[in-house]
Amino acid sequence: MNLLDQFGPPVLPSGLGPLRTSVRAFIAEWVTTSSAETRALSWMGFDADFSRLLGTRGWLGLSIPRQYGGHDASPFERFVVSEELLAAGAPVTAHWIADRQSAPLILRHGTEAQKERYLPAICAGQMYFCIGMSEPAAGSDLASVRTKAIRQSDGTWALNGRKVWTTNADRCHAMIALVRTDPASERHAGLSQVIVDLTLPGVMVRPIKDLSGHEHFNEVTFDDVRLEPDALIGMEGDGWAQATSELAFERSGPERFLSAMTLFRCLVGAVGPAPDPRQAMEIGRLAAWLIALRSMSISVTAQLAAGQDPVWAASCVKDLGTGYEQDTVEVAMRLIDSLPPGVKAETTRRVLAITQSMAPSFSLRGGTREIMRGILARGLGVR
Amino acid sequence: MRTLLQETIERLLADTVTPDLLRAAETGAWSSDLWARIEELGLPLAAVSEDLGGAGATWSNIVVIASACGAAAAPIPLLETILANKTLTSAGLQPPAKGPNVFATGSASRSLHDIPWGRHARWLTLHDASAGRLALHSLAGANIRPGVNVAGEPRDSISLAPDSLIAEAETSAAPVSMMLAGAMLRSAQMAGALNRLTELSADYANERIQFGRPIGKFQAVQQQLALLATQAAAAIAAAEAAFLMAGQDVDFVMTASAKAVTGEAAGKGAGIAHAVFGAIGFTHEHALHFLTRRLWAWRTEFGSDSYWAGELGQAIAAAGEDGLWPLVTGAFEETPPHD
Repeated sequence: MNLLDQFGPPVLPSGLGPLRTSVRAFIAEWVTTSSAETRALSWMGFDADFSRLLGTRGWLGLSIPRQYGGHDASPFERFVVSEELLAAGAPVTAHWIADRQSAPLILRHGTEAQKERYLPAICAGQMYFCIGMSEPAAGSDLASVRTKAIRQSDGTWALNGRKVWTTNADRCHAMIALVRTDPASERHAGLSQVIVDLTLPGVMVRPIKDLSGHEHFNEVTFDDVRLEPDALIGMEGDGWAQATSELAFERSGPERFLSAMTLFRCLVGAVGPAPDPRQAMEIGRLAAWLIALRSMSISVTAQLAAGQDPVWAASCVKDLGTGYEQDTVEVAMRLIDSLPPGVKAETTRRVLAITQSMAPSFSLRGGTREIMRGILARGLGVR
Repeated sequence: MRTLLQETIERLLADTVTPDLLRAAETGAWSSDLWARIEELGLPLAAVSEDLGGAGATWSNIVVIASACGAAAAPIPLLETILANKTLTSAGLQPPAKGPNVFATGSASRSLHDIPWGRHARWLTLHDASAGRLALHSLAGANIRPGVNVAGEPRDSISLAPDSLIAEAETSAAPVSMMLAGAMLRSAQMAGALNRLTELSADYANERIQFGRPIGKFQAVQQQLALLATQAAAAIAAAEAAFLMAGQDVDFVMTASAKAVTGEAAGKGAGIAHAVFGAIGFTHEHALHFLTRRLWAWRTEFGSDSYWAGELGQAIAAAGEDGLWPLVTGAFEETPPHD
């Protein structure tokens, strides 16, 4: 594999400046009302009012057609809005999955009725989705999912099974679940995607407390849940292909290297304008890799905008980017005792504790580091 | 132009730069045939504007030449010459029509050190920052004390002859400008070398049989190869960004980032490649070291990764926490500058 073909020049098209400026001004105002601890949650911070406000501003569903409430914009506009929000630590988790993944999936595979039903509400920042992938016995080995949706004689579906680690299931309106619609099938075959209204009888959502005490992820149990006939999205049996077709979008975005950005900012502030050589080197090194990762992400975005499916390059961004986020914690640990005493050092300590407690999840969510490297190895031709 | 340049240089280097040529170069031989081919193609003037007889290539085109030279370990100062010739025209001076032209920062009356390929060069483009002057000197009659970097590439000390001056002009270029430009060139060479290392390592992992199967079938080796690939990819992206944002001047933030990232990637990447190749890759006979030793050498030249990280860190500290993100994104805001 020639990597030069994977990462071309990171060119952002001209004309994005005004959009960036207005998003930045909007966030600068929001930042004054927030705390560093809130911003440290990065894209795990939940604020439905904020999401609705973004919808009003026209910054959600950017790549969705206007007829469904979107803005007909390119992946570059979405990149700019996303990175500005993430760099500031804005609370975007409410709409994040719906905007990034569910809306494009519905647009690509959904029926006209599904598009009209869901897309305008997603673009308005009013309807939130989660993704039902992992199960107790299907983590990295996703093809072993056992949750079943069996079609009934009246066309409805009977849904039974259990999903785990479902981020925000307790605060979302709907889940797009990967389920087995052919009970006799094995592995990748016989899987389909269904949209599950999480208010239906038989759906039970139980938050799971993580090691930091937060309850971002959940266990979702389906006990004979009846889904309407049009709950199926796309083709029956095509679930695996559909679920993996959006991976390049999921894995290459700025959320894969900006999750610890609030900590980095705090660190720069706490070090102050006259760093010692070690502080300067550590901070500069983080910035150098941030710039490189951003270049990689822009390069992948350009391929997505051109209609390509750069899933290998996206896996590269995810593996490297999440490692970078975790490394930010390491750098902060190395510098923490060298910070001049004061309010900024105290804030940095608190933000470090929060980021450190979240850091193990950075390289777990969305496919583990080892899975990413397996994909990369396959691309290199050794697997 | 980019694709044409890339195909031209890659084909030429693939045809000419053999392990035998590299071994000869390391014993002090000059690759005269290769240089003649390079001049036939007009590559030394690639970045010089067309009205001055060059090809008018932007830095984002030159990056493919730099990357290819790195991947092939090309034993010639082509990149130095491209940069020196372009720098001369920027100051209103005519670049020499023939012969390797290398560059340095310092005073003509003093000894100059670590001059790449000094003994084989015909010209020296010298930036005297304290005098605010840029000059073209002939290296005829210069006193040359040979030195080499860890890869055995010439890095010589030079005292110019009294009558060496060919032409000079005033320049407002920053004292660090030549070092910065050199760092940019080396970052792309390292990216190219890492790309090649990834290919070679993956190929070898598919060929070498141990425990009854290719070593590439073992997850432990696969994960290391993946790590090598991500380091190479980051190096490529960082170097591309630096060249993309370079116009008349090299961009400090992007180049500091590129040299810091490619340098670190060079260390990790070379280490993994040697682990994959095992003992055979540690022999002098095997060609692996032509790339890995260059990665080690280029990592230290024109400022190591920690040097540029420190410089970048100083700039970020001065910008403060609210200046960090604008500094990271600033250079990309709009259409990149073009010459």
